[in-house]
Amino acid sequence: MLKSTFPWLIVAVTGCVMIAAFFVPPLAEWKNEAGAWFEILAAMAFVVGGANLFAQHLKKISARRAGWGYSAVTLFSFVVTLVVGLFKVGVIGEDPNYPWAGHYQAEGSALWWLYQFAYQPLIGTMFALLAFYVASAAFRAFRAKNTEATMLLTAAFIVLLGRTYAGTWLTSAVPDDYSALTFPGMTAIILGVFNTAGQRAIMIGIALGVAATSLKVLLGVDRSYLGSDGD
Amino acid sequence: MKRETIIWTVLFVAGGLFLVVRGTQSDHGLGRQYVKQVRVNPQSATDLRVKFKEAPPTDRQAQLSIPRTVGLWVAAFFTLAILSFLYRDNIFYKIAESVMVGVSAAWYMVTAGFWEAIIPKLLANLAPETIGSWALPDLLKPKPPDPKLLSLVPLVLGIMLLCRLLPRGGWIGRWPLAFIVGVFAGIRMIGFLEADFVSQIRSSIIPLVVMTDAGRVNLWASLRNTGLVFGVLACLAYFFFSVEHRGLVGRLARVGVWYLMITFGASFAFTVMGRIALLAGRITFLFDDWLWLIDPAGKRWGP
Repeated sequence: MLKSTFPWLIVAVTGCVMIAAFFVPPLAEWKNEAGAWFEILAAMAFVVGGANLFAQHLKKISARRAGWGYSAVTLFSFVVTLVVGLFKVGVIGEDPNYPWAGHYQAEGSALWWLYQFAYQPLIGTMFALLAFYVASAAFRAFRAKNTEATMLLTAAFIVLLGRTYAGTWLTSAVPDDYSALTFPGMTAIILGVFNTAGQRAIMIGIALGVAATSLKVLLGVDRSYLGSDGD
Repeated sequence: MKRETIIWTVLFVAGGLFLVVRGTQSDHGLGRQYVKQVRVNPQSATDLRVKFKEAPPTDRQAQLSIPRTVGLWVAAFFTLAILSFLYRDNIFYKIAESVMVGVSAAWYMVTAGFWEAIIPKLLANLAPETIGSWALPDLLKPKPPDPKLLSLVPLVLGIMLLCRLLPRGGWIGRWPLAFIVGVFAGIRMIGFLEADFVSQIRSSIIPLVVMTDAGRVNLWASLRNTGLVFGVLACLAYFFFSVEHRGLVGRLARVGVWYLMITFGASFAFTVMGRIALLAGRITFLFDDWLWLIDPAGKRWGP
């Protein structure tokens, strides 16, 4: 009862209130309140996630498992960021009477330093690295073996050229009356007609999928989010 | 010594020598950040506190900032360390990766978790006077609000969520989890149906024959709209699995696949362009901010 039925009742009631709030304006306040609670619980979930990360890496270090040194680096950077962020190290508040009122990421603070010189370069370069892997994977996987693959490749080629100066330059000799035949013109058609139609159908499909899944969860048909009994 | 080790040693030594020569022999050196002092409250006669703001080296008041210069070199190291993975997995990449995991996990906990949610949305409701006099002085204006005891509910649910960390009694964490799932399912269901389902259908109900102001048929706009509506129907036919894809439906679904392939091609192109833009940003950082080999924005004295 407490482990399975009661959680489902919470799901059903809160979900129905959220839906009802859309149709019954006086309930909108409840929706806002639930939204704020949701954010608080999400913040608590960050704590659970952080504690899990800490425990897992600590276990690895204490067991001296392979790569424990990297776990030590992770833990060190985690703890340092957490401490300087929570204690607003280096933050100067606008009002001297409220030294804690300054923004946690004010320019010159320790958290700002970590964001500017560690977090941002690391995340930016990590995603930039994907440029090489996307290109390499595409080179290996994309072959114009059939009509569909050829269409995909051609569309990608046209859009890539159409959105850069090279595409404009390559078809600059085409008269204005036939601008649809230039790379930027063809890109506009691909994006305006084919891409819009495809994205629209995908979005309609996703919306129906989300609605169906939500209904299954609210009606208790799908209770996989509760995990197994042993959890 | 292995041949590979020799090559890397030579490369590192050459890179180091370049940095030393560039730093000592060029007119302006490299990899430094400058700041200038500004008053926190310029209007106040009593508050004489100062803070540092980034300044171009050409500014008369600019002074070298050791923490920011160290930061610049750390950022350059991390950038090169991540890029080194292009060669193969190595110790520098692994260190950078470990730092990224630690910093990003804590950064989200501190920002989105603590300072953006727990303090203003939970503790400020439960103890507005205390929080107002500590970290949120705006709460005290014009007068602090009354404590909102209803906020005890998310506090209790939050503590229950933390029970997931306990070796036994982790099931208690299912209740707040159920709340999260319920709210998310309810909001998302309506949100998707309204913003995606209905609005996308509404946007697709457009005239197939478009007339100009002069009362003539606008052929291009008509073709465009027809292609769009037909494409949406064809793609939906492909997604509709309750009917066997044979005959007319099959042919329509096949055209839908073609539309989808062009869509995926365009998405792929955008993904590649986005990543290339990020890469260009990092390369600019290395050559401009760190090595001072270029100065496209004219931030310094030039390269």
